[in-house]
Amino acid sequence: MAVTGAILVLFLLGHMAGNLKAFFGADAFNHYAEWLRTMGSPAVPYRVLLTVTEIVLVVAVVLHMWSAVSLARRAAQARPVKYAAKRKSQANGYATHTMRYGGVIILLFVIWHLLDMTFGAVNPKGFDAEPFDRLVAGFDPSRWWVTLFYVVAMIMVGLHLRHGLWSAFQTLGLAGGRSYGKLKATAALVSLVLVIGFLSVPVGVMIGVIK
Amino acid sequence: MNLTLKVWRQNGPSDEGRMVTYKVEDVSPDMSFLEMLDVLNERLILAGDDPIAFDHDCREGICGMCGMVINGVAHGEQRATTTCQLHMRHFADGAEITIEPWRAAPFPVVKDLVVDRSAFDRIIQAGGFISVPAGSAPDAHSVPVKKDDADAAFDAATCIGCGACVAACPNGSASLFTAAKITHLGLLPQGQPERDSRAKAMVEQMDLEGFGGCTNTGECTAVCPKGIPLDTIARMNADYLKASK
Ligand code: HEM
Ligand code: SF4
Ligand code: FES
Repeated sequence: MAVTGAILVLFLLGHMAGNLKAFFGADAFNHYAEWLRTMGSPAVPYRVLLTVTEIVLVVAVVLHMWSAVSLARRAAQARPVKYAAKRKSQANGYATHTMRYGGVIILLFVIWHLLDMTFGAVNPKGFDAEPFDRLVAGFDPSRWWVTLFYVVAMIMVGLHLRHGLWSAFQTLGLAGGRSYGKLKATAALVSLVLVIGFLSVPVGVMIGVIK
Repeated sequence: MNLTLKVWRQNGPSDEGRMVTYKVEDVSPDMSFLEMLDVLNERLILAGDDPIAFDHDCREGICGMCGMVINGVAHGEQRATTTCQLHMRHFADGAEITIEPWRAAPFPVVKDLVVDRSAFDRIIQAGGFISVPAGSAPDAHSVPVKKDDADAAFDAATCIGCGACVAACPNGSASLFTAAKITHLGLLPQGQPERDSRAKAMVEQMDLEGFGGCTNTGECTAVCPKGIPLDTIARMNADYLKASK
């Protein structure tokens, strides 16, 4: 959970930063997308590093889901008889209790998102368009429901990382002493930066700053 | 005070069990939760009914025998308090109170609110000890211990093994209990020789007993009558990972 999660968080940080290129215009963004494919050239052939990254991501996602499912199954086996009274959370960790269904929402989002931005299948401009045109068309104000879905998904991502980030440190035995305050604050800050960074692009398109 | 109780009744391990409603009148706010149940039980006995079975011993919050899930919260909503130290003044007159046993597959119900916590004993047997050559006790200050370590070890050592952490955990995990024991022994010089094997053996026994996996929800610390901190679990993980290398 922690190791695969860490890989995904590193990806998210890079992805979010890359998306911000959209604010520098079509060329900057398209060049960035092209650079993703020509990374390491001429030493490395076209699209090799990107493909390797994609494979690592797929493996990380699958293992992350596998860990989540085994944890959920162990939890169900460890408590076959449920409580009659509604169990009230005593730890006031709202984010903690969204991890499982939040993860499912994020998965659905990633599927939609890949069909939208990578394969162009549900994008008005389709696969052959430039990445920037797909981006602008995808978040056109008339497609407000797409943007809304992105907003909901990003909030879920934020909550997921709000708990996931510090929990990973705990699982790897790196948290401890009296440092929880700082660790949790860092987790909250990183999650917030990611959510705001990601959302700035669709919102930028919506209000016409990116066109 | 007058109360309505909804109590889990189960005749034995193989009985299906059910919630039964009781009215308890004239409860004094100064009574402890267990004394309130004593009053109900006396009336049940007088009426020829079977009294409600529940575990208890010291009734002063130090033995770890008592414990029930009160209105969905292990040991009730009062923080850092065992059920025996919970007083009726924290409840409103006329309140309806649900009382259930700890729910976890490794803690099978023996009768009513009594569960079998031998799983904890087996975790301790797997490594929660220090092997020392027998002999007379050494001088107290012959082995120096850093103040910080002594404090953290002592905090962990206050775990009374009640099992509330398991009852409260959405995953039914015993991590806080096991981590408290591993931290307590692992921070002291006497615990160093067996530190790695201890962590490994205790964690493996915990998994073997059928407890769930920890997802760091923090529900355990929140209900723990001794406030065992969550960083004990990070220490357990660190020791376990080191031992598994
Ligand atoms: C609102 C925020 C987001 C925007 C505007 C956005 C935009 C994009 C764009 C334009 C691409 C295509 C890049 C290219 O073709 O070179 C892309 C790819 C991708 N995005 Fe996002 N993204 C966002 C959030 C996310 C999130 C939160 C995740 C994961 C949970 C994610 C996962 C992916 C993946 C896996 C790819 C494919 C990478 C590849 O094919 O190598 N995205 N995104
Ligand atoms: S860690 Fe706390 S809740 Fe768990 S058994 Fe020990 S004293 Fe009870
Ligand atoms: S009866 Fe001993 S702790 Fe409650």
